[in-house]
Amino acid sequence: MSAITHHIPEDMMAAYAAGTLPHPYAMVVAAHISLCSECRAALGAYHAVGGALLEKTANIAVTNSLKSNVMAMLEAPVQPKPVYDSQGIYPGPVMEALQGRSPRWKTLGMGVKQSILSETDSGSVRLLYIPAGQAVPDHSHNGLELTLVLQGSFSDETGRFGVGDVEIGDEDLEHTPIADAGDACICLAATDAPLRFNAFVPRLLQPFFRI
Amino acid sequence: MMETVLEHPLAGPAQTGPPQTGRAVPVQAPQMSQATVWLVAVRDQRDKDAFGDLFDYFAPRLKGFIMRSGTGAAQAEEIVQDVMLTVWRKAAMFDPHRAQASAWIYQIARNRQIDIIRKESRPIPDELAQGPEAEPDASQILAFDQEAEQLKTALDLLQPDQKEMIEKAYLGDLTHQEISVQTGLPLGTVKSRIRLGLNRLRRELKGLR
Repeated sequence: MSAITHHIPEDMMAAYAAGTLPHPYAMVVAAHISLCSECRAALGAYHAVGGALLEKTANIAVTNSLKSNVMAMLEAPVQPKPVYDSQGIYPGPVMEALQGRSPRWKTLGMGVKQSILSETDSGSVRLLYIPAGQAVPDHSHNGLELTLVLQGSFSDETGRFGVGDVEIGDEDLEHTPIADAGDACICLAATDAPLRFNAFVPRLLQPFFRI
Repeated sequence: MMETVLEHPLAGPAQTGPPQTGRAVPVQAPQMSQATVWLVAVRDQRDKDAFGDLFDYFAPRLKGFIMRSGTGAAQAEEIVQDVMLTVWRKAAMFDPHRAQASAWIYQIARNRQIDIIRKESRPIPDELAQGPEAEPDASQILAFDQEAEQLKTALDLLQPDQKEMIEKAYLGDLTHQEISVQTGLPLGTVKSRIRLGLNRLRRELKGLR
Protein backbone atom coordinates (compact mmCIF):
# COMPACT_ATOMS: atom_id res chain seq x y z
CA MET A 1 0.00 0.00 0.00
CA SER A 2 1.38 3.40 -0.90
CA ALA A 3 1.65 6.19 1.65
CA ILE A 4 -1.23 8.59 2.13
CA THR A 5 -0.44 11.90 0.46
CA HIS A 6 -3.80 13.72 0.47
CA HIS A 7 -4.88 14.61 3.99
CA ILE A 8 -7.64 16.47 5.81
CA PRO A 9 -7.10 20.25 5.57
CA GLU A 10 -6.40 22.03 8.83
CA ASP A 11 -9.61 24.06 9.07
CA MET A 12 -11.68 20.96 8.45
CA MET A 13 -9.77 19.08 11.15
CA ALA A 14 -10.36 21.96 13.56
CA ALA A 15 -14.09 21.89 12.78
CA TYR A 16 -14.18 18.12 13.26
CA ALA A 17 -12.38 18.39 16.61
CA ALA A 18 -14.78 21.09 17.72
CA GLY A 19 -17.72 19.04 16.51
CA THR A 20 -19.01 21.66 14.09
CA LEU A 21 -18.44 19.71 10.88
CA PRO A 22 -21.66 18.47 9.22
CA HIS A 23 -22.30 14.75 9.65
CA PRO A 24 -21.45 13.52 6.11
CA TYR A 25 -18.04 15.20 6.18
CA ALA A 26 -17.45 14.10 9.76
CA MET A 27 -17.86 10.50 8.60
CA VAL A 28 -15.19 10.94 5.91
CA VAL A 29 -12.84 12.64 8.37
CA ALA A 30 -13.36 9.90 10.98
CA ALA A 31 -12.79 7.21 8.33
CA HIS A 32 -9.63 8.94 7.09
CA ILE A 33 -8.24 9.29 10.62
CA SER A 34 -8.88 5.58 11.11
CA LEU A 35 -6.38 5.00 8.27
CA CYS A 36 -3.96 7.90 8.79
CA SER A 37 -1.71 8.25 11.83
CA GLU A 38 -0.60 11.73 10.78
CA CYS A 39 -4.14 13.10 10.91
CA ARG A 40 -4.81 11.13 14.09
CA ALA A 41 -1.94 13.04 15.67
CA ALA A 42 -3.31 16.33 14.32
CA LEU A 43 -6.69 15.55 15.87
CA GLY A 44 -4.90 14.81 19.14
CA ALA A 45 -3.35 18.29 19.03
CA TYR A 46 -6.76 19.90 18.60
CA HIS A 47 -8.16 17.80 21.43
CA ALA A 48 -5.26 18.99 23.58
CA VAL A 49 -6.31 22.59 22.97
CA GLY A 50 -9.89 21.60 23.81
CA GLY A 51 -8.66 19.97 27.00
CA ALA A 52 -6.70 23.08 27.98
CA LEU A 53 -9.78 25.24 27.37
CA LEU A 54 -11.84 22.84 29.45
CA GLU A 55 -9.41 23.16 32.34
CA LYS A 56 -9.41 26.95 31.98
CA THR A 57 -13.19 27.28 31.88
CA ALA A 58 -14.75 29.03 34.83
CA ASN A 59 -16.18 26.47 37.24
CA ILE A 60 -19.90 26.27 37.79
CA ALA A 61 -20.72 24.26 40.89
CA VAL A 62 -22.77 21.14 40.29
CA THR A 63 -25.75 20.31 42.52
CA ASN A 64 -24.79 18.37 45.63
CA SER A 65 -26.61 15.20 44.66
CA LEU A 66 -24.85 14.84 41.31
CA LYS A 67 -21.69 13.29 42.71
CA SER A 68 -23.52 10.81 44.94
CA ASN A 69 -25.78 9.88 42.03
CA VAL A 70 -22.82 9.23 39.78
CA MET A 71 -20.92 7.30 42.47
CA ALA A 72 -24.01 5.16 43.04
CA MET A 73 -24.27 4.38 39.35
CA LEU A 74 -20.69 3.21 38.87
CA GLU A 75 -21.45 -0.47 39.35
CA ALA A 76 -24.86 -0.38 37.71
CA PRO A 77 -25.09 -2.75 34.76
CA VAL A 78 -25.07 -0.98 31.41
CA GLN A 79 -26.18 -2.08 28.02
CA PRO A 80 -23.11 -1.29 25.99
CA LYS A 81 -23.71 0.50 22.72
CA PRO A 82 -22.68 -1.72 19.82
CA VAL A 83 -19.14 -1.00 18.72
CA TYR A 84 -18.45 -1.44 15.03
CA ASP A 85 -14.89 -2.43 14.27
CA SER A 86 -13.35 -2.04 10.86
CA GLN A 87 -14.07 -4.94 8.51
CA GLY A 88 -11.94 -5.53 5.45
CA ILE A 89 -11.55 -2.24 3.63
CA TYR A 90 -14.27 -0.50 5.63
CA PRO A 91 -13.14 1.52 8.70
CA GLY A 92 -15.27 1.50 11.87
CA PRO A 93 -17.20 4.72 11.12
CA VAL A 94 -18.33 3.21 7.79
CA MET A 95 -19.23 -0.10 9.44
CA GLU A 96 -21.29 1.86 11.95
CA ALA A 97 -23.19 3.60 9.15
CA LEU A 98 -23.69 0.16 7.57
CA GLN A 99 -24.77 -1.14 10.99
CA GLY A 100 -22.33 -3.98 10.59
CA ARG A 101 -23.78 -5.23 7.32
CA SER A 102 -22.28 -5.41 3.85
CA PRO A 103 -23.00 -2.49 1.51
CA ARG A 104 -26.20 -2.81 -0.51
CA TRP A 105 -25.01 -1.84 -3.97
CA LYS A 106 -27.33 -0.27 -6.51
CA THR A 107 -26.21 -0.24 -10.10
CA LEU A 108 -25.77 3.13 -11.80
CA GLY A 109 -24.76 1.66 -15.16
CA MET A 110 -21.41 0.85 -16.83
CA GLY A 111 -20.46 -1.26 -13.83
CA VAL A 112 -20.56 1.75 -11.49
CA LYS A 113 -22.47 1.09 -8.27
CA GLN A 114 -23.38 3.09 -5.18
CA SER A 115 -24.59 2.36 -1.69
CA ILE A 116 -26.12 5.34 0.10
CA LEU A 117 -25.17 5.40 3.78
CA SER A 118 -27.11 8.45 4.86
CA GLU A 119 -28.98 11.28 3.31
CA THR A 120 -30.27 14.18 5.35
CA ASP A 121 -30.75 17.91 5.05
CA SER A 122 -27.10 18.39 5.92
CA GLY A 123 -25.96 16.31 2.93
CA SER A 124 -25.38 12.76 1.86
CA VAL A 125 -22.67 10.17 2.21
CA ARG A 126 -22.33 7.10 0.03
CA LEU A 127 -20.00 4.36 -1.09
CA LEU A 128 -19.08 4.34 -4.77
CA TYR A 129 -17.80 1.30 -6.65
CA ILE A 130 -15.97 2.03 -9.89
CA PRO A 131 -14.51 -0.82 -12.00
CA ALA A 132 -10.86 -0.45 -13.01
CA GLY A 133 -10.45 1.78 -16.04
CA GLN A 134 -13.98 3.13 -15.68
CA ALA A 135 -14.68 6.84 -15.34
CA VAL A 136 -16.87 8.22 -12.63
CA PRO A 137 -19.54 10.12 -14.50
CA ASP A 138 -18.39 13.63 -15.27
CA HIS A 139 -19.83 15.79 -12.54
CA SER A 140 -19.53 19.04 -10.67
CA HIS A 141 -20.85 19.86 -7.21
CA ASN A 142 -23.17 22.39 -5.76
CA GLY A 143 -21.13 22.42 -2.62
CA LEU A 144 -18.15 20.64 -1.15
CA GLU A 145 -17.43 17.01 -2.00
CA LEU A 146 -15.05 14.83 0.02
CA THR A 147 -13.94 11.54 -1.52
CA LEU A 148 -11.92 9.02 0.48
CA VAL A 149 -10.42 6.03 -1.33
CA LEU A 150 -10.95 2.72 0.49
CA GLN A 151 -9.78 0.31 -2.22
CA GLY A 152 -7.88 0.66 -5.49
CA SER A 153 -7.13 4.16 -6.71
CA PHE A 154 -8.33 6.80 -9.10
CA SER A 155 -6.76 9.63 -11.03
CA ASP A 156 -8.23 12.86 -12.30
CA GLU A 157 -7.14 16.27 -13.50
CA THR A 158 -5.71 17.08 -10.08
CA GLY A 159 -3.65 13.95 -9.37
CA ARG A 160 -3.70 10.35 -8.21
CA PHE A 161 -5.58 9.17 -5.13
CA GLY A 162 -4.82 5.87 -3.45
CA VAL A 163 -6.14 4.10 -0.36
CA GLY A 164 -6.53 6.60 2.49
CA ASP A 165 -6.25 9.67 0.26
CA VAL A 166 -8.99 12.30 0.42
CA GLU A 167 -9.93 14.50 -2.50
CA ILE A 168 -11.58 17.79 -1.64
CA GLY A 169 -13.73 19.08 -4.46
CA ASP A 170 -15.38 22.48 -4.30
CA GLU A 171 -17.85 24.10 -6.64
CA ASP A 172 -15.19 25.04 -9.12
CA LEU A 173 -13.81 21.54 -9.56
CA GLU A 174 -15.13 19.88 -12.68
CA HIS A 175 -13.26 16.62 -12.79
CA THR A 176 -13.43 13.19 -14.33
CA PRO A 177 -11.99 10.66 -11.91
CA ILE A 178 -10.96 7.41 -13.63
CA ALA A 179 -10.35 4.27 -11.62
CA ASP A 180 -6.79 3.05 -12.16
CA ALA A 181 -5.94 -0.44 -13.37
CA GLY A 182 -6.03 -3.15 -10.73
CA ASP A 183 -8.74 -3.59 -8.12
CA ALA A 184 -12.03 -1.82 -8.59
CA CYS A 185 -11.95 1.55 -6.85
CA ILE A 186 -14.22 1.87 -3.82
CA CYS A 187 -14.67 5.33 -2.33
CA LEU A 188 -16.55 6.98 0.48
CA ALA A 189 -18.03 10.21 -0.88
CA ALA A 190 -19.75 12.97 1.07
CA THR A 191 -21.52 16.02 -0.26
CA ASP A 192 -23.64 18.74 1.27
CA ALA A 193 -25.74 18.90 -1.89
CA PRO A 194 -26.71 16.55 -4.71
CA LEU A 195 -23.97 15.93 -7.26
CA ARG A 196 -24.57 17.48 -10.66
CA PHE A 197 -23.79 14.91 -13.29
CA ASN A 198 -23.00 16.44 -16.65
CA ALA A 199 -23.38 13.29 -18.65
CA PHE A 200 -24.03 9.60 -18.11
CA VAL A 201 -27.09 10.02 -15.95
CA PRO A 202 -29.56 12.41 -17.51
CA ARG A 203 -30.43 15.21 -15.13
CA LEU A 204 -34.06 14.15 -15.10
CA LEU A 205 -33.10 10.79 -13.67
CA GLN A 206 -31.05 12.21 -10.82
CA PRO A 207 -33.89 12.26 -8.31
CA PHE A 208 -34.56 8.64 -9.23
CA PHE A 209 -30.99 7.61 -8.51
CA ARG A 210 -30.81 10.00 -5.59
CA ILE A 211 -27.47 11.38 -6.73
CA MET B 1 19.05 7.94 26.15
CA MET B 2 19.51 4.46 27.58
CA GLU B 3 22.91 4.18 25.88
CA THR B 4 24.15 7.27 27.64
CA VAL B 5 23.29 5.69 30.96
CA LEU B 6 25.00 2.43 30.09
CA GLU B 7 28.19 4.15 28.92
CA HIS B 8 28.48 5.89 32.24
CA PRO B 9 31.16 4.12 34.31
CA LEU B 10 28.88 3.94 37.34
CA ALA B 11 26.32 2.04 35.31
CA GLY B 12 28.76 -0.78 34.62
CA PRO B 13 27.86 -3.26 37.38
CA ALA B 14 24.14 -2.83 36.69
CA GLN B 15 24.57 -4.53 33.32
CA THR B 16 25.26 -7.88 34.87
CA GLY B 17 22.21 -8.07 37.11
CA PRO B 18 18.64 -6.91 36.98
CA PRO B 19 18.35 -3.15 36.50
CA GLN B 20 18.72 -1.33 39.79
CA THR B 21 16.00 1.16 39.33
CA GLY B 22 16.74 2.93 42.59
CA ARG B 23 20.03 4.19 41.24
CA ALA B 24 19.15 5.07 37.68
CA VAL B 25 16.01 7.09 38.33
CA PRO B 26 16.69 10.69 39.27
CA VAL B 27 15.31 11.61 42.67
CA GLN B 28 13.61 14.77 41.52
CA ALA B 29 11.63 13.29 38.66
CA PRO B 30 9.05 15.68 37.23
CA GLN B 31 5.56 14.87 38.35
CA MET B 32 2.78 13.53 36.24
CA SER B 33 -0.24 15.79 36.35
CA GLN B 34 -2.67 15.05 39.12
CA ALA B 35 -5.46 14.38 36.61
CA THR B 36 -3.33 11.76 34.83
CA VAL B 37 -2.47 10.07 38.14
CA TRP B 38 -6.16 9.90 39.10
CA LEU B 39 -7.25 8.64 35.72
CA VAL B 40 -4.58 5.93 35.64
CA ALA B 41 -5.64 4.84 39.15
CA VAL B 42 -9.23 4.64 37.92
CA ARG B 43 -8.11 2.65 34.91
CA ASP B 44 -5.78 0.20 36.64
CA GLN B 45 -7.22 -0.11 40.16
CA ARG B 46 -10.83 0.95 39.55
CA ASP B 47 -10.05 3.38 42.36
CA LYS B 48 -13.29 5.08 43.45
CA ASP B 49 -11.52 7.66 45.60
CA ALA B 50 -9.42 8.72 42.64
CA PHE B 51 -12.61 8.84 40.58
CA GLY B 52 -14.17 11.06 43.23
CA ASP B 53 -11.18 13.42 42.96
CA LEU B 54 -11.49 13.41 39.20
CA PHE B 55 -15.19 14.22 39.57
CA ASP B 56 -14.51 17.10 41.97
CA TYR B 57 -11.98 18.59 39.58
CA PHE B 58 -13.70 18.09 36.25
CA ALA B 59 -17.46 18.15 36.95
CA PRO B 60 -17.70 21.91 37.68
CA ARG B 61 -15.41 22.66 34.73
CA LEU B 62 -17.46 20.44 32.46
CA LYS B 63 -20.63 22.13 33.60
CA GLY B 64 -19.17 25.59 32.95
CA PHE B 65 -17.80 24.45 29.62
CA ILE B 66 -21.07 22.90 28.47
CA MET B 67 -23.17 25.86 29.63
CA ARG B 68 -20.92 28.29 27.74
CA SER B 69 -22.25 26.82 24.52
CA GLY B 70 -25.81 27.69 25.48
CA THR B 71 -26.97 24.47 27.15
CA GLY B 72 -29.22 24.98 30.19
CA ALA B 73 -28.04 24.06 33.70
CA ALA B 74 -30.24 20.98 34.08
CA GLN B 75 -29.25 19.45 30.76
CA ALA B 76 -25.62 20.41 31.36
CA GLU B 77 -25.66 18.37 34.57
CA GLU B 78 -27.15 15.42 32.72
CA ILE B 79 -24.30 15.63 30.24
CA VAL B 80 -21.74 15.96 33.06
CA GLN B 81 -23.20 12.80 34.60
CA ASP B 82 -23.00 10.92 31.29
CA VAL B 83 -19.45 12.13 30.69
CA MET B 84 -18.20 11.15 34.14
CA LEU B 85 -19.85 7.73 33.88
CA THR B 86 -18.22 7.28 30.48
CA VAL B 87 -14.87 8.24 32.02
CA TRP B 88 -15.36 5.46 34.58
CA ARG B 89 -16.56 2.85 32.08
CA LYS B 90 -14.13 3.62 29.27
CA ALA B 91 -11.08 4.30 31.44
CA ALA B 92 -9.44 1.20 29.95
CA MET B 93 -9.24 3.12 26.67
CA PHE B 94 -7.24 5.97 28.23
CA ASP B 95 -3.64 5.85 27.11
CA PRO B 96 -1.52 8.63 28.63
CA HIS B 97 1.06 8.04 25.88
CA ARG B 98 -1.43 9.29 23.34
CA ALA B 99 -3.56 11.91 25.08
CA GLN B 100 -3.66 14.17 28.09
CA ALA B 101 -6.36 13.44 30.65
CA SER B 102 -8.05 16.78 29.93
CA ALA B 103 -7.94 16.22 26.16
CA TRP B 104 -9.41 12.74 26.58
CA ILE B 105 -12.22 14.04 28.76
CA TYR B 106 -12.81 17.02 26.46
CA GLN B 107 -13.34 14.64 23.57
CA ILE B 108 -15.83 12.52 25.50
CA ALA B 109 -17.75 15.62 26.57
CA ARG B 110 -17.85 17.07 23.08
CA ASN B 111 -19.03 13.79 21.55
CA ARG B 112 -21.79 13.48 24.11
CA GLN B 113 -22.89 17.08 23.73
CA ILE B 114 -23.03 16.82 19.95
CA ASP B 115 -24.91 13.53 19.99
CA ILE B 116 -27.54 15.27 22.11
CA ILE B 117 -27.67 18.51 20.12
CA ARG B 118 -27.73 16.82 16.73
CA LYS B 119 -29.71 13.76 17.85
CA GLU B 120 -27.40 11.55 15.83
CA SER B 121 -24.32 9.59 16.63
CA ARG B 122 -21.15 11.45 15.75
CA PRO B 123 -18.72 9.45 13.58
CA ILE B 124 -15.65 8.55 15.63
CA PRO B 125 -12.38 7.09 14.27
CA ASP B 126 -11.45 3.49 15.02
CA GLU B 127 -9.69 3.14 18.33
CA LEU B 128 -6.07 2.20 17.91
CA ALA B 129 -5.29 -1.25 19.20
CA GLN B 130 -3.18 -1.05 22.34
CA GLY B 131 0.44 -1.29 21.32
CA PRO B 132 2.56 -4.31 22.24
CA GLU B 133 4.56 -2.25 24.75
CA ALA B 134 2.95 -2.89 28.10
CA GLU B 135 5.67 -0.92 29.86
CA PRO B 136 4.59 2.67 30.46
CA ASP B 137 7.03 5.20 29.07
CA ALA B 138 7.09 7.85 31.77
CA SER B 139 9.00 10.38 29.70
CA GLN B 140 6.36 10.34 26.97
CA ILE B 141 3.54 10.68 29.48
CA LEU B 142 5.35 13.58 31.10
CA ALA B 143 5.92 15.23 27.75
CA PHE B 144 2.17 15.16 27.12
CA ASP B 145 1.41 16.49 30.57
CA GLN B 146 3.91 19.30 30.15
CA GLU B 147 2.44 20.17 26.78
CA ALA B 148 -0.95 20.49 28.43
CA GLU B 149 0.51 22.84 31.04
CA GLN B 150 2.17 24.90 28.32
CA LEU B 151 -1.06 25.09 26.36
CA LYS B 152 -2.84 26.48 29.38
CA THR B 153 -0.10 29.07 29.87
CA ALA B 154 -0.22 29.97 26.19
CA LEU B 155 -3.99 30.41 26.37
CA ASP B 156 -3.50 32.91 29.16
CA LEU B 157 -1.05 34.88 27.02
CA LEU B 158 -3.43 35.32 24.11
CA GLN B 159 -5.06 38.63 23.38
CA PRO B 160 -8.58 38.63 24.83
CA ASP B 161 -10.21 38.76 21.39
CA GLN B 162 -8.07 35.91 20.08
CA LYS B 163 -8.85 33.85 23.13
CA GLU B 164 -12.53 34.55 22.79
CA MET B 165 -12.52 33.37 19.18
CA ILE B 166 -10.77 30.13 20.01
CA GLU B 167 -13.19 29.54 22.87
CA LYS B 168 -16.13 30.18 20.62
CA ALA B 169 -14.79 27.78 18.01
CA TYR B 170 -14.29 25.08 20.64
CA LEU B 171 -17.08 25.68 23.08
CA GLY B 172 -19.96 26.74 20.95
CA ASP B 173 -21.93 24.68 18.53
CA LEU B 174 -20.76 27.25 16.03
CA THR B 175 -19.26 27.10 12.59
CA HIS B 176 -17.01 29.92 11.45
CA GLN B 177 -20.01 31.22 9.56
CA GLU B 178 -22.16 31.28 12.68
CA ILE B 179 -19.40 32.90 14.71
CA SER B 180 -19.25 35.68 12.16
CA VAL B 181 -23.00 36.21 12.45
CA GLN B 182 -22.89 36.20 16.24
CA THR B 183 -19.96 38.58 16.54
CA GLY B 184 -20.77 40.76 13.56
CA LEU B 185 -17.25 40.23 12.23
CA PRO B 186 -16.84 39.34 8.57
CA LEU B 187 -15.97 35.73 7.92
CA GLY B 188 -12.43 36.46 6.73
CA THR B 189 -11.66 38.33 9.94
CA VAL B 190 -13.03 35.51 12.05
CA LYS B 191 -10.90 32.95 10.26
CA SER B 192 -7.76 35.04 10.51
CA ARG B 193 -8.38 35.69 14.22
CA ILE B 194 -8.72 31.97 14.85
CA ARG B 195 -5.65 31.26 12.76
CA LEU B 196 -3.68 34.00 14.51
CA GLY B 197 -4.74 32.60 17.86
CA LEU B 198 -3.71 29.08 16.90
CA ASN B 199 -0.41 30.27 15.41
CA ARG B 200 0.29 32.22 18.55
CA LEU B 201 -0.46 29.10 20.59
CA ARG B 202 1.85 27.06 18.42
CA ARG B 203 4.64 29.63 18.72
CA GLU B 204 4.29 29.72 22.48
CA LEU B 205 4.55 25.96 22.53
CA LYS B 206 7.61 25.87 20.28
CA GLY B 207 9.35 28.36 22.51
CA LEU B 208 8.73 26.15 25.49
CA ARG B 209 9.80 22.88 23.89
